Amino acid sequence: MKSRNLPLNKRGFNFEMIMWIFTRLSALAMYTLLLIGFIGALLMGAREQMNFADVMRWAFMPNPSHVINTNIPDIAPWTALFWQLVASALLLVATAHGVHGLVVIADDYIVTSNGRKIVRLISMLMMASTSLIGLYILWTF
Amino acid sequence: MGITRNVGLMTALRYKGQGPMLTFVLHRLGGMGMAVFIAIHMLSSFLGGKGGQFVNAIYEHWSFQLVIFFFVLFHAINGLRITIIDLLPKLLEYQREAIWVEWLVFIPVYGFAVFVIVSTALGSGG
Repeated sequence: MKSRNLPLNKRGFNFEMIMWIFTRLSALAMYTLLLIGFIGALLMGAREQMNFADVMRWAFMPNPSHVINTNIPDIAPWTALFWQLVASALLLVATAHGVHGLVVIADDYIVTSNGRKIVRLISMLMMASTSLIGLYILWTF
Repeated sequence: MGITRNVGLMTALRYKGQGPMLTFVLHRLGGMGMAVFIAIHMLSSFLGGKGGQFVNAIYEHWSFQLVIFFFVLFHAINGLRITIIDLLPKLLEYQREAIWVEWLVFIPVYGFAVFVIVSTALGSGG
């Protein structure tokens, strides 16, 4: 395969390019946060008290309400500040990743300049409201 | 801008994209499914009340869990393949092999999740 040797400014290093790389890097970030949640759950006793699906549910969003129905004896370690921070980081990264993903999908079907502007406006509103509502839920459990 | 589409729906459906096309469709479907699921789940948790509890009760049902686990796990595992191949473009040559590896990872992980969810549901009389 021929290597690409165009300089960055000719490759089109613009907002879309930044978001393209952001989508990949945020995926890696989410994998890291997910692993932290997974390992943390095992350290807090999930091996005896939770099944595989419950551990996955916790790892994908470490919010105490996701483990309250399992056999854990005490919810206290699961409500620690650390998990609120991990959950908030996951929420913000996932919201940005997801809303941009929806814009990419919409761009495949909405091709007019005005339509795309409307899509971007809606996506910004969606991203802001989802982040704020999510943070509210995570910090008022 | 100004992309024109000159492929009809039936032609599009008959497109033989095979493995890579299937992962593309499932990735997109899973992404949209997650966006809709998480948005509604967050709103119902935020608003609470009878309506919120009703929606969350549907989401916690084992049959819904099977669907959402499929979406999330496939999107995550396929996303890792896309990330690795895009960040190391030399591996693009092994795209099809990568998709086989991806299914080899996805099937046991999702299969185990299905086994656990269904056996828990049957065990608790759900």
